[in-house]
Amino acid sequence: MVTDSDPVADALGELAVAAPSGLAGKVFSSWLQAPSRIGAVFVAFTSDGVDYVRTAGSAEEFQDRYRDRFGRPLRPARRAPRGLLPALRGRSASALRLDLHGLSDFERDVLAATRRISAGQTRPYGWVAREAGRPRAVRAVGSVLARNPVPLLVPCHRVVRADGRAGDYLFGTSRKEELLRAEDVDVDEVRALAAAGVHYVGSATTGVVCFPTCHHARRITPAHRHGFARIAAALSAGYRPCRHCRPAVAEPA
Amino acid sequence: MVDDTELTAALAADLDAGFVDVVRVHQRSVYSVALRLAAPADAQDLAAEVFLRAYRALRGYDGVRIRELRLRPWLLTILRNAARNSARDASRRPAPPPAAEPVEKPAPGPSVEQQVEQADTARELGTVLGQLPDVQRLAVVLRHVAGLPTVEVAEVLGCPEGTAKSHISRGLQRLRALLCAESGVGKGVR
Repeated sequence: MVTDSDPVADALGELAVAAPSGLAGKVFSSWLQAPSRIGAVFVAFTSDGVDYVRTAGSAEEFQDRYRDRFGRPLRPARRAPRGLLPALRGRSASALRLDLHGLSDFERDVLAATRRISAGQTRPYGWVAREAGRPRAVRAVGSVLARNPVPLLVPCHRVVRADGRAGDYLFGTSRKEELLRAEDVDVDEVRALAAAGVHYVGSATTGVVCFPTCHHARRITPAHRHGFARIAAALSAGYRPCRHCRPAVAEPA
Repeated sequence: MVDDTELTAALAADLDAGFVDVVRVHQRSVYSVALRLAAPADAQDLAAEVFLRAYRALRGYDGVRIRELRLRPWLLTILRNAARNSARDASRRPAPPPAAEPVEKPAPGPSVEQQVEQADTARELGTVLGQLPDVQRLAVVLRHVAGLPTVEVAEVLGCPEGTAKSHISRGLQRLRALLCAESGVGKGVR
């Protein structure tokens, strides 16, 4: 029979310790509402980073959707994670910490590739598929981006259709175009080029071929601009794929 | 300590707000037991996993079922299962590299000598606890580390109370024998 004065039992009692202060932070996600380029959005984040950005009619609606998708309890945020508010307003989100733990490897690869697209530029879905290591999974890329947990922060609005149209967006196609125009993408020119069968632009002076929205392509003077329908045509004409926009994987020299 | 009735009533009214208090009240027990069932570096993650599993289960419960819950044995039962699963998963995977997590600082209060002595005792106890058969270790930890009454220990172990009591007392006996063997008679605890 165990008595209260049992020294071993007492010593065992000493093994009870306070939980580390970070434990609750590993259980709860925090949420807040913040202004963004598309108006007020709701944002949720864990101790590892931002994991959900959505518009919603009410905080309750956002919270319900978050719980259904992530199965984690929410509490109001004390403050926004560093860098979140500027990123929502359109500053670079490349240093912002994101929590993408619940996603598959392919989903993470798609978001990582999308995250590398600079403001003011666009890439076709096929480019993301290739960068994510599955060049034929173009439709799958569309599905992943349609469910992008962190739009704006991973700029899925910069992934567009190969025919020059903006394509679907989880906040609506017109929002997608607005965002691109606000970033100074010449949406109309891109569409006109695509209609004329031009998907790549090469510079006769540098011998480099780019996507039309690449900042290198935009500097090419009209006299030295050469359009290509397919990247293979540009390569066989002696052009080298741009290292920034990566319209094709560069052939080893 | 807040009563379970208050906690479960709050949970039934507002799951997320109520869950804040559940974590606050029960994290000490869950973490302290987790420390004895997992490597120290994994204990916090294991405890967090327990609360997340509990939350996911609670989402599917109606108010009546939530109000009937006895939270501490329920949470510790989840812990028992989670620890079992992670041990099974770990045995299928190669061991991870040693964790680089900083060691928790001892709380201020006792003198350095006392702290060292306490830390030694704790380490020694922790080591010999690890040598007990699983069910005895869990029974002893639940009763004497987490301070559960035997009826709750039985609930977590899923056995009759008499069986739980015998696991506890056999575990303690074994623990004493191991401590004596480790440090010779007269040394060890006390």
